Amino acid sequence: MSAIVVLIFGSLLVSIGFLIAFIWAVKSGQFDDNYTPSIRMLLDDKADNNEKKKNKSKEGEE
Amino acid sequence: MSRIETKTIDAKVFHRQDNKGRILCDHCNEVCPDTSIVSGDKVFCCPGCRLVYEILAENDLCDYYNIDENAGSTQNKPFHTSKFEYLDDEAIIQKLLDFSDGNSAKATFYIPDMHCSSCVWLLESLYRINDAITYGSVNFLKKELSVTFDIKRISLRGVVELLTSIGYEPQINLESIHKKINKESDRDLYIKIGVAGFCFANIMMLSFPEYLVRYDKVEPQIKTVFTYLTLLLSLPVFFYSSMDYFKSALKGWKQKMVNMDVPISLGILTLFIRSAYDILSGVGTGYMDSFSGLVFLLLVGKLFQKKTYDTLSFDRDYKSYFPVSVTKKEGAKETTVPLENIKKGDRIIIRNQELVPADAVLISGKAYIDYSFVSGESDPVPLISGDIIHAGGRQIGGVLEMDVIKDISHSYLTRLWNDDSFKKEQESKITLLSNTISKYFTVIVLLLSGGSALYWLRSDLTMALNSLTAVLIVACPCALALSTPFTLGNVLRIFGKNKFYLKNISVIESLARINSVVFDKTGTITRSRTAKVDFIASPGTREELSAEEIHEIYSLVRESGHPLSRYIYNYFPAQRALPVSDYQELIGQGIKGRIGGREIMLGSNSFLRIEKKNKKDSTSSIVYIKINGKFRGYFQISNAYRPGLKKVVGALIDKYNLYLLTGDNDSERLRLSEIFMNKAKLYFNQSPFDKLNFIKMLQKKSERVMMIGDGLNDAGALKQSDVGISISEDVNTFSPACDAILEAGHFERLNDFIRLSKLSLNIILISFSISFIYNLIGLYFAMQGTLSPLIAAILMPVSSISVVLFTTGSTAFLAKRIKLL
Repeated sequence: MSAIVVLIFGSLLVSIGFLIAFIWAVKSGQFDDNYTPSIRMLLDDKADNNEKKKNKSKEGEE
Repeated sequence: MSRIETKTIDAKVFHRQDNKGRILCDHCNEVCPDTSIVSGDKVFCCPGCRLVYEILAENDLCDYYNIDENAGSTQNKPFHTSKFEYLDDEAIIQKLLDFSDGNSAKATFYIPDMHCSSCVWLLESLYRINDAITYGSVNFLKKELSVTFDIKRISLRGVVELLTSIGYEPQINLESIHKKINKESDRDLYIKIGVAGFCFANIMMLSFPEYLVRYDKVEPQIKTVFTYLTLLLSLPVFFYSSMDYFKSALKGWKQKMVNMDVPISLGILTLFIRSAYDILSGVGTGYMDSFSGLVFLLLVGKLFQKKTYDTLSFDRDYKSYFPVSVTKKEGAKETTVPLENIKKGDRIIIRNQELVPADAVLISGKAYIDYSFVSGESDPVPLISGDIIHAGGRQIGGVLEMDVIKDISHSYLTRLWNDDSFKKEQESKITLLSNTISKYFTVIVLLLSGGSALYWLRSDLTMALNSLTAVLIVACPCALALSTPFTLGNVLRIFGKNKFYLKNISVIESLARINSVVFDKTGTITRSRTAKVDFIASPGTREELSAEEIHEIYSLVRESGHPLSRYIYNYFPAQRALPVSDYQELIGQGIKGRIGGREIMLGSNSFLRIEKKNKKDSTSSIVYIKINGKFRGYFQISNAYRPGLKKVVGALIDKYNLYLLTGDNDSERLRLSEIFMNKAKLYFNQSPFDKLNFIKMLQKKSERVMMIGDGLNDAGALKQSDVGISISEDVNTFSPACDAILEAGHFERLNDFIRLSKLSLNIILISFSISFIYNLIGLYFAMQGTLSPLIAAILMPVSSISVVLFTTGSTAFLAKRIKLL
């Protein structure tokens, strides 16, 4: 009897943790704009690559 | 071909070229008129573009050009340094800042030029140009930039000027200082769904053993723990997630209106109270799983129907177009004052490209006013001192001085917004189908539950209570409540894919019920950026233009920004422009210039000093041509009707009363009645107020009106009509307050949109009957008082899911048949 009750309460606690995490995410505005981050996360990467390429090509010209 | 290229720039360096070999600007990708504007090995179309490039190069931000091919936008715009003077005004600063603590401040700007990933990168890298800016974050869909900056080191004006200098001028207008950001309601719904979903899943898990056959053998303490846990978990669902339904039902009840939320609340309430009673009194285990599942599904439906278009705004008024401030003249002193402080009798100064904010009388200066956004009329009007200039006109040309004669909110155009139709926020102009049905539904449910309770009351009190609550529970129109949001939400998305953007789902129902269609003319059934151009040779020569002459005229009109020049420019096939010398543009008169020793003149008859043609049709504009002093003929430029117009009219004419309202005179009456097959009523010379009153008049005759318009002059009529559709060449630019925005290219699908709306109402009716069948099955058990939690737990989700599948599937199927998908 006690084992299953303890397990149930344990699992409830864990899932409540996730619920709180979700509520925090919504309240901090992470669901307000779900498009721009998709551009932003590509940018740094790409910009760095281009910088390297450009530096290389500049060196080549000189 | 590349005569100029080799002369002025290093031919070895690669320059971007279009398919005709013309050199493209290294910043904005537009064709360079010549190659005189250079910086390093780059070529630019205008000094503005070069300036932006130099700022970026200086700060090592040239990656900008590598991220997206179409990074820059042209900087060929007029700009004067005092333009942002008003941003030094403390009152305006306070209104524009989102937040400020004396050190760091935050402001959010709307930046119309934002268009690609390069823009996002650059705007978020602002701190690299000026280290007083600490943080920048872009919302691409809303075209918004929020900047946090050190207000002690850079002023708000400094930030705006910095943005403008790199080619991203923020749009600051009267509305930006009145704005209220309302994001919270959306977040609320997410959290409500999250909580309901969480509780639903856990309650399901805890009630699952209940449905197993061998559950009787389990220790009673575990049963008690489980049932009490479900009660505990259902509390947040009841007191938090479902609150909106109670509020809305109560509100409806107070206004003596039975909306769909009344039977829903009734169902939720009995479901919860009965279950809580069962659990607390130890009679049974309750229906908490059905209860939380129901709330969860209803909320998901709510989210589904709430498709919003971030980039579009459906409730703009004149404030979105009016500036924040204006230059006021007192004695010899000129000051920039907030527009709100302008009163009758003030003397104001309006420069080139500035908007006249209030009705005023012209004192000095040569006024040449473009009323295109008041009336849709593209030809600017010349005015002389003493004339009245209406608010909303834009000056093209020199500096004007004028005396304000009316308050801003009481000017000719802005008065429109004082009308009653703008005052009350009409939630829905028609009684929604679901509300009509739920009225009868509630009455029937109450009768049935009361009836069965009375029947049992004679023999058994508990049975009576049991059947009373069971009927209310089963009859809860869960499937009914889901069919509307899922059907209409799906239709809304299908329309969105076809560039027809609706404000909310109730517009679909209104659209299905209209019986009159009112068109505006200019910009609505005519195209606003193209026109029909005909060349008529002078009677003396009767010669068509030679290829050489066409080339010369093409090169000359290219220099001018006047709408008529643009029409002629677009009329000719694109070709390489010849260099023009001695170019002159006389505002309101015409243009002239020399090409290869020949003098070309284009413009009005007085400018060319020739006799005016007797033109029959006054809607078309005439541009006369003189080459080397010899009259060659004229261009006749008239309205071009939208290509799909005949198709649209043909499809609508038998089913609806058609009307046409236009601010223009009746010179095109013949052509228009031919298009409308003599069946539409045409009204000419209609002021914005006439249009508004006309719609009111139709509605008094109980016609349900769809109005299609575009300019601010239609704003009143769009707002008053049952469905106001604003048509726009570019949906991101301008549209007055309306229920729907239609991209001009999809105008010809108008009838298909109405058809799908009508069909979607049929789908709702069918799904209503499906859910009624489920209700009947449930009622069969409920009235006998034998509704077990198991039956409820099966019936509820099965009916909901089948309705959701049916509605989304059938709308998609029908949209495919109409070829909207």
